[in-house]
Amino acid sequence: MKKVKAKLMDADGFERTLTRMTHEIMERHENLEQLAVIGIRTRGEFIGRRIANLMADLKGAEVKFGTVDVTFYRDDFRTHLPSPEIGPTNIPFAVDNLNIILVDDVLYTGRTIRAALNTIMDFGRPAAIELAVLVDRGHRELPIKADYTGRDHPTMTNEHIHVHVKEVDQEDEVLLLEYVDG
Amino acid sequence: MGDKTISIKHLVGLEGVSRDDIRIILDTGFTFREVLERPIKKVPTLTGINVVNLFFENSTRTRISFELAEKRLSADVTSFSAAASSVKKGETLKDTVQNIHAMKMDAVVMRHPVPGAAIQLSHFVDAVVINAGDGTHEHPTQALLDMLSLQEKFGYLEGLKVGIIGDISHSRVALSNIFGLLAMGAKVTLCGPGHLIPPHVSELGVEVNGDVDEVIEWADAVNVLRIQRERMGVGLIPSVREYRSQFGISLERLSRHKKELIVLHPGPINRGVEIDSEVADSDQAIILDQVLNGVAVRMSVLFHLLKPREEMEAA
Amino acid sequence: MRDVSRTLPEEILITGGSIYDPATGKSRKSDIGVKQGVLVAPDAVQTDSATSIDATGCIITHGLIDIHVHFREPGREDKENLQTGARAALAGGFTRVCMMPNTNPPIDSPEVVRSLLEKGADLPVQINVIGAITREQKGVELAELLEMYAAGVVAFSDDGMPVENGQVLRNALLYARDLGIPIINHAEDTHLRADGVVNQGALSTRLGLPGNPVEAEASMIHRDLLLAGETDARLHVPHVSTALAVELIRKFKGQGVRVTAEATPHHLGLTEDTLTGFNTNAKVAPPLRAEKDRQAIVAALVDGTIDCIATDHAPHTVDEKEHDMINAPFGMIGLDSAVGMAFTVLRQAGLAVEQIIDLFTSGPAAVMGMELTPIEEGAPVELVIINPDENWTYGPEDIYSRSRNTPMLGMNFTGRVSAAITSKGWFCRS
Repeated sequence: MKKVKAKLMDADGFERTLTRMTHEIMERHENLEQLAVIGIRTRGEFIGRRIANLMADLKGAEVKFGTVDVTFYRDDFRTHLPSPEIGPTNIPFAVDNLNIILVDDVLYTGRTIRAALNTIMDFGRPAAIELAVLVDRGHRELPIKADYTGRDHPTMTNEHIHVHVKEVDQEDEVLLLEYVDG
Repeated sequence: MGDKTISIKHLVGLEGVSRDDIRIILDTGFTFREVLERPIKKVPTLTGINVVNLFFENSTRTRISFELAEKRLSADVTSFSAAASSVKKGETLKDTVQNIHAMKMDAVVMRHPVPGAAIQLSHFVDAVVINAGDGTHEHPTQALLDMLSLQEKFGYLEGLKVGIIGDISHSRVALSNIFGLLAMGAKVTLCGPGHLIPPHVSELGVEVNGDVDEVIEWADAVNVLRIQRERMGVGLIPSVREYRSQFGISLERLSRHKKELIVLHPGPINRGVEIDSEVADSDQAIILDQVLNGVAVRMSVLFHLLKPREEMEAA
Repeated sequence: MRDVSRTLPEEILITGGSIYDPATGKSRKSDIGVKQGVLVAPDAVQTDSATSIDATGCIITHGLIDIHVHFREPGREDKENLQTGARAALAGGFTRVCMMPNTNPPIDSPEVVRSLLEKGADLPVQINVIGAITREQKGVELAELLEMYAAGVVAFSDDGMPVENGQVLRNALLYARDLGIPIINHAEDTHLRADGVVNQGALSTRLGLPGNPVEAEASMIHRDLLLAGETDARLHVPHVSTALAVELIRKFKGQGVRVTAEATPHHLGLTEDTLTGFNTNAKVAPPLRAEKDRQAIVAALVDGTIDCIATDHAPHTVDEKEHDMINAPFGMIGLDSAVGMAFTVLRQAGLAVEQIIDLFTSGPAAVMGMELTPIEEGAPVELVIINPDENWTYGPEDIYSRSRNTPMLGMNFTGRVSAAITSKGWFCRS
């Protein structure tokens, strides 16, 4: 059984965090021509799209946006139960020589990010890839770290972070859940 | 949760396969179509999975399509071709089974000249069995790729009117298409010389009409079957001339019907017999889409059948 | 394997059952004794030393007769031989069998006939031999029918090979007419049958398997009936499988043509649906047919159009049956399940136990011109004890044949053989 232990972010906090992250990204990347945002399906897609939209609003210019589905790149195909419904990977631009901001909701073991990196590399050779995550909950199993972090929240192994986005979950919020026996 | 898992354990045929299962396979097929458009058309999904292609009958196209699907999923692929004569000489299915056990295979793709061979094999082995054509019985991945192509072209299958034209009696492609299309809610009419329509086939839920022009008038799409050259002039089909004039899909015949008709053909084509070059190479023929969709749908089938299941986890 | 052909005890006392004699059609409730292989009054055996069989609830009757078996000797003794075949027969309640000639070499000469009769002489089951109609069953030249008759054959048949040539069959009928024994022709037009391995119909279409149409059987039977009528010879139609054939036989029999017919337990109890899932053990010739055909066969047994039940016991090795549907051989074993299947189906169809017994005894005896052994004191023992109400599930342990090719394993039957006794041996379940 799962129970909600705490609300780490409400809708306002969510919005503020995304805005701050967008500014941090733009401080490092002046030239939107050279930049692209790629969200990892499913929640990372919505967060990534919002960051891209915020950038576009601020600069008054288009920002390239794509999504990746990492199902076919996971390293646990033989052992793990199936992942959520498979969706399209859609990268409607050439990734070569771009600076790519890879976006996901929660950074945990790092394995999803590894799979996403491999997926993107199959589309070409970007100049650089940086990682932006809304929440970093620790417990890394691979040498991966985020370049932009909305919030650091070290967790216990029996805890879980749920990111809800208004596009599919009606509300923006980040919840800390705890697995309890029974 | 929210996961799409198919209920079948093997793909031995489309008879009895549910609409949900077919829908999942087709949906993922479209996802793999996207993978096939990438600069690097390969994903590491089936790394470390062993697949053997056992072909007891020649079929270069089907074998290459499966091999391509397996390689693009990064599976370890072994292919084995044996003449149909070795089946006749007494290599039993059991010998095949024991070889599969010895090779520790995760999946077997089998083409066999005898109806039911894949079903029998699935009773004996733990490995996933995929039927790549069993005699005059079924060829399920061909029907799936046909349906993927129709879905792509029309956007729907429910209510779609499909004519299947040719030697239905000896066609595994026809039988699998009948089962698959009916499961998806499409309507099917068979057309061909009377003695090449299987007995009691209307009990399966299809219409039969010997007048090819009426079928063309009725259909949204027609699947034109290959006429086997070896059946020509041995009593079954008296002559190419006669077949062509009565059942051949020529531009002249199509032009008499004021309509947009989509034409499929499982290949290889006998140009000038069951279909004319002008039709086969025209925009209304989606024969080359079928080839690409064949790889995509086979990737989807392999992916879903080899994906671990709930009950295996529990075991 | 349990010992089924044990040496007959010196004395046996069978108590509590009722005796039905198909030769007279009479039943009586009575105990009966067996002393040195001969029927005696119950008080003629020593009650304390005799082997006793409790036949309460059972019917004691003449040993069953199967006029259509394949014992594979000579040539394929790995499937069955006279000894294992006799063992399976006795366990199935049969005390006489007629062997079909499709052996290797085939039974087409008096030498093979004599050698088989000699070999079978000491077995607990009476072995009868059917000789081939044509040399090597090729359907071209007549075999030495008169010589084989002199050597002791009871009928002629090319078994699985239909005699396609009408003139050859007509000649054989004329030969056999003068001998007074039947010609048995496997009734299938081989061109209509073509490569058919299952009944032609919706099922063969669904399974993608070549179909064998009902007309293949019916058209050949029709020709044979015309020739039998014209020659006034005796024709016996084996393993009738179609409603069409039943109609033809009924019609010609009604016109006085000397025709008899048999049905197998599998054709009266199973349909083509048994093939779903590509079960090679259900691949048989003629094929299992549709439900309406099965019902027609049951009706024909009820009204006497079909004269008897015969198993067409056809053993094949496991290896051969593990082939695919095209390459696996035709045939299934049937001796040890015949009573179970026939009693279950025919009692439901309204036949009395005695009538079913007739289909296994007086019916086949009349076809082959055999005398039944009377069930009376002083006669040699040839009995079967059947519990018509025993419910049982046919399992691997019930198979006494050397082969195991049957799709009936796991089926539930009502009616079971408890014991079979001849002067040369006996089988007793308990």
